[in-house]
Amino acid sequence: MDELLADFLTETNENLGELDAALLTLERTPDDANTLGLIFRMVHTIKGTCGFLGLPRLERVAHAGENVLGRLRDGALVASPAIVTLILAALDRIKAILSGLGVNGTEPAGDDTELIDALNGMAHGQGALEGTQEGARKEAKPAPAPTAAPVVSAPRPEIAVAPPSPPIAQKPVHETQADQVHADDGDARNPAGAAAATAQQTIRVTVDVLEDLMTLVSELVLTRNQLLQLARVQENSDFTAPLQRLSHITSDLQEGVMKTRMQPIGIAWNKLPRLVRDLARDLNKKIELTMLGAETELDRQVLELIKDPLTHMVRNSGDHGLEMPAERRAAGKAETGRIVLNAFHEGGQIIIEISDDGRGLAADKIRQKVLANGLATEAELAAMPESQIQRFIFRAGFSTSVNVTAVSGRGVGMDVVKTNIEKIGGTIDLKSTAGQGTTFTIKIPLTLAIVSALIVESARERFAIPQISVVELVRARRAGTNALGNGDENTIERINDTPVLRLRDRLLPLVSLCDLLGLEPVETTDGGAYIVVTQVGPSLLGIIVDRVFDTEEIVVKPVAPILRHITMFSGNTILGDGSVIMILDPAGIARASGVGGGADNKMMKPETIDDIASPESLALLLFRANGTERMAVPLNLVARLENIPRDKIEQSSGAYVTQYRGRLMPLLSIAGPLGANLLGADPSDAAPATQSLLVFADGERSMGLMVDEIIDVVEDRLDIELASAREGSLGTAIIGGLATNVLDTGYWLARASRDWFDGKGGDSGASRKRVLIVEDSSFFRNLLVPSLTAAGFKVSAASSAAAALRLRDSGQMFDAIVSDIEMPDMDGLAFARTVRDSGAWKHLPLIALSGHTGAADVEAGRDAGFSDYVGKVQREHLIESLRQCLASTAAI
Amino acid sequence: MTTATLERTDAASRGGEVYVTLSVAGQLCGVPVLGVRDILAEQPITRIPLAPPDIAGSLNLRGRIVTAIDLRTRLTLPPGEPGTKRMSVVVEQGGELYALLVDQVAEVLSLEADLFERNPPTLEPHWAAFSSGIYRLDGRLLVILDIARLLDFSNVH
Repeated sequence: MDELLADFLTETNENLGELDAALLTLERTPDDANTLGLIFRMVHTIKGTCGFLGLPRLERVAHAGENVLGRLRDGALVASPAIVTLILAALDRIKAILSGLGVNGTEPAGDDTELIDALNGMAHGQGALEGTQEGARKEAKPAPAPTAAPVVSAPRPEIAVAPPSPPIAQKPVHETQADQVHADDGDARNPAGAAAATAQQTIRVTVDVLEDLMTLVSELVLTRNQLLQLARVQENSDFTAPLQRLSHITSDLQEGVMKTRMQPIGIAWNKLPRLVRDLARDLNKKIELTMLGAETELDRQVLELIKDPLTHMVRNSGDHGLEMPAERRAAGKAETGRIVLNAFHEGGQIIIEISDDGRGLAADKIRQKVLANGLATEAELAAMPESQIQRFIFRAGFSTSVNVTAVSGRGVGMDVVKTNIEKIGGTIDLKSTAGQGTTFTIKIPLTLAIVSALIVESARERFAIPQISVVELVRARRAGTNALGNGDENTIERINDTPVLRLRDRLLPLVSLCDLLGLEPVETTDGGAYIVVTQVGPSLLGIIVDRVFDTEEIVVKPVAPILRHITMFSGNTILGDGSVIMILDPAGIARASGVGGGADNKMMKPETIDDIASPESLALLLFRANGTERMAVPLNLVARLENIPRDKIEQSSGAYVTQYRGRLMPLLSIAGPLGANLLGADPSDAAPATQSLLVFADGERSMGLMVDEIIDVVEDRLDIELASAREGSLGTAIIGGLATNVLDTGYWLARASRDWFDGKGGDSGASRKRVLIVEDSSFFRNLLVPSLTAAGFKVSAASSAAAALRLRDSGQMFDAIVSDIEMPDMDGLAFARTVRDSGAWKHLPLIALSGHTGAADVEAGRDAGFSDYVGKVQREHLIESLRQCLASTAAI
Repeated sequence: MTTATLERTDAASRGGEVYVTLSVAGQLCGVPVLGVRDILAEQPITRIPLAPPDIAGSLNLRGRIVTAIDLRTRLTLPPGEPGTKRMSVVVEQGGELYALLVDQVAEVLSLEADLFERNPPTLEPHWAAFSSGIYRLDGRLLVILDIARLLDFSNVH
């Protein structure tokens, strides 16, 4: 069955249930305008929808019923029992038709003329009061006959035959068919047809059930957390594995339940294209519907509530807003009118815009109508700006459309829309320019959103973190405290004062909430801390807190305007115990700590997070130095590995040297220039008799780096996740599954040449050749600049071809240029062509640096104007090439 | 939460301006009574990290979150003795509620216009900024606080 039809059946059946009850209320209190309004709108909605679905029989009955209700609403008729009975009869007919629809997907055949005549008679005041009761009975009786046929085997006729109190009479009938799939009371009253229509892919569940589930899951999370905490304290390994599983399942469950509440707004929109198409056909207009931001997620409850208003507004835009094609042509517009739906998040609100490029709201017509209805005086109107006058369309019973069409125009549009939106705490506004169109803007504040939040404590202050951004909780030990004494306890490690945590093969950057918020730190008794692992976009960030309490359902309230500048908070709320608590905004915290690219970085250098990453995996030499520190260096930067007897290490003018291949080679230790026990002065020392060296060669010169132990050579990607401010280290990467410090070779080479070679007649500053490196990867820049400097060049670096060209245009001069080939925007080849084309650098040696050194690549490089083509990390080759190029230009 | 009972003088009927008087660090100040939404005794206040120093925190007033302003800090007066109980005068500004933390709330006075004077030109700038004028009372001067300017933090950040 058509999805649209199925939806309609389910909805209408729900509405009909309410309608029965409302009508009975009306019978008791005939002048209750609210109830009357409610009934009128419901019947109006049914009628309106029927028109679009092509259900003429249903539409006729509903239209007739609506006429009577309209008279009631206008006060022309009083809701006597006879009238209510007649309307109930009409509703019963509607139900009968609906049940036929549910079974066959088409309207059952039948004749409603008598019923419609009676309704119309009533509407026009012709039906004498004494006659109507009789008329209604007469109407009701023949009705079931045609519809009974398609209905399965239920004693359907009885429904329609019981005019005095149909809902009660219906009950037993419906309960026998009460569909098993429907959890919701409204649906339980559905005739079998609707059940068949909806029991396909989805089950309708009341939001109450979801809310209950949510609460239960929160409780479960809380219990899980308690259990995990207990399990960590008691080293009972029997429970560890099942608990871990329980923990994961709980998290998944929680996420799943959360998801059930969120739906893209597109779901509410998917009926609209068809609706607009049919609308266009019925009205002989040309309409194009554009929907933007369909993926914007909304709480399902909110979504349900705005669905009908949206439908109504789109219908209004098409019906009233857009002109006929001829009219549009005359106005110099395209024949096809546009309706644009746009949904997006902005400033903690969901904003939905419905705009059309039609004629706009006619302020004059509105004025007349306002005066006619006595909503304002002429003087008041004269003082009002146009925008305020336009807003009168949100008043009840206001419609400027002269013709009451089947589509709209009964004055139940915008007031209903406004009521529904305000019910969920939203606002609606409009902007209209005559001749250019109208835009309605619906704002639904997130403040109505009830979120589950984790309550944490830092420095004796409590804060709430929205559960939705919390990935997990990790109990950890602060570095330097051993009180917990649990060997496998997570420890917060520090890389140059930046706290990090090893979490399942990943290095998790941490921020201390206490530091971030400038709170006075409080020593926890056991040195323990909790890490709230939060996800902000693609990156994870751990927030160090002192304690974790439980989760609470909180209502997010915006902070006072004078506090809005504190981006660390997304709002505040009142907890169950009555205390006010600030809600942390993980996105703001991440920005403040530089995770995911932020401005004011206090904890880490943001550019180091993703920037320094070599795309391909390369061979890395792993070694240990500084006692236990695990370090790595790209293998192709290392000339040789040596093991020399310790007694071969000599001291000379405060530095260590060794005789190596007939020359003196300076030795450096990572621990420092003169590590205290470097040589193991005591011969009985357990220190090994040999010293491991990494030998780095730099032209003729070489230097040895003393390390404790060479561990392994591994093939891995070199993604530096955390940069180091420490000299001699590029930063920390995960290599072979462990946090590893990456050696800055250039630094050590420079150190060695400064300590050792300088002052022994190296290149003097004046004759040093100036080299420009154009390289987008800061990793390679960091690698190349120091090593070329160490090789005696005066090095400048540009991070892009454009930056390099700016240097050229500003009059800077170099002796040679080394450029990367693969760069964003302008690549190396284009850069070379530009340089060769004109300018001061036209004749400079240009050396290409690339990961690809195939014959074709080299050829392409030469064509573009490169003097030489060198593979990346072939450092010696690069230096050799530079020297050759410079020598040849010098010769010219 | 107790609301202090205020001694309402019947001066209000005489047609003058009516003020709630309060004292901050010994200085008598007044705020227009019509702007006052509530008078509160000592309340638990949640500190707000990173907030300007004038902001003492937030408190819960019958389910509404009220931002507490430390009037001593705001008026650059010396901080009070630690542990002293402070009362709050709750005022509304732009739909938001603010609690002005004061040492003591005194009586409600209706004051004749002829007792009113403009700020003396020699008044310290930060006082002049927050005061809309002075009333000469018997033996004391009453500084009328300009709530709108007091709650305008736009120059802070």
